[in-house]
Amino acid sequence: MSAPSPVELDEPVTDEVTQLATPWVTIVWNDPVNLMSYVTFVFTSYFGYSKKKAEKLMLEVHNDGRSVVSTGSREEMERDVQAMHEYGLWATMQKADAS
Amino acid sequence: MTGFTRHRKSGAAVTTFTAFEADLLRSLAAQLIELLRNESATEDIAADSLEDLLDFSGPTREPDDPVLARLFPTAYPEDEEAAAEFRRYTESDLRNGKAAGAATVIDTLEDAGLPAEPQDGLFIDVELDRATAITWMRSFTDMRLAIATRLGIEDGDEDFWYSLPDDDPRAQVHDIYEWVGYLQETLVRSLG
Repeated sequence: MSAPSPVELDEPVTDEVTQLATPWVTIVWNDPVNLMSYVTFVFTSYFGYSKKKAEKLMLEVHNDGRSVVSTGSREEMERDVQAMHEYGLWATMQKADAS
Repeated sequence: MTGFTRHRKSGAAVTTFTAFEADLLRSLAAQLIELLRNESATEDIAADSLEDLLDFSGPTREPDDPVLARLFPTAYPEDEEAAAEFRRYTESDLRNGKAAGAATVIDTLEDAGLPAEPQDGLFIDVELDRATAITWMRSFTDMRLAIATRLGIEDGDEDFWYSLPDDDPRAQVHDIYEWVGYLQETLVRSLG
């Protein structure tokens, strides 16, 4: 039997800390096509947001040109971006601190 | 022209299309399917290593066609490598999903009685449960994105489209775009 080397033990822990410190975000961008009612519908039905929150995010997209609609791990954000593309919304993702 | 309403008892979204309207929708859905299957997903890749040449798993570059580029946006605008990876793992599924959605629209219309060669005076009653209604909504979105990209529609340009003479084909296509938007709006409301 041999004891695991400290390096092998430490590495994953460091990774996890780094990941937690820098979450990712999904951004939905304004486009001239999608209806305000539809965008609100997508935010309530996919993310499960309240109508009030969904409308606030939709208006951010409409007025500011973009809105951060979800935050989480890179994998989660890739799922959200793909789902937004399924709904025809123009979505991208990036690290939270870059936004 | 009527939009969708909510059926009080079943909660389904219901509407009645004329044969002309149903046929037009079927044709838009069919064009969408053709477009999605048309441009080869892996065309023209600058493959320079053995690994690249042997990798057929999915596309890595933004599609050349502007409609497809809008339907499958670049997920990482500032990271080319991550964007290519994301595309490789998602674009084929997205294409298939959108094509299947458009096929659902066609199937629903034909199941509701739309014949191959519709005749005047025929009406098509459509009833959509929630899941099918969401599929239709997504497909309406894809159709509108496709038309808008082809026409070059921008925010606040309505006056331009309304100023075109009636016999301008762009005006006619814009009318269809607005009609699908009206169907979309009433469909969302009937589920809300």
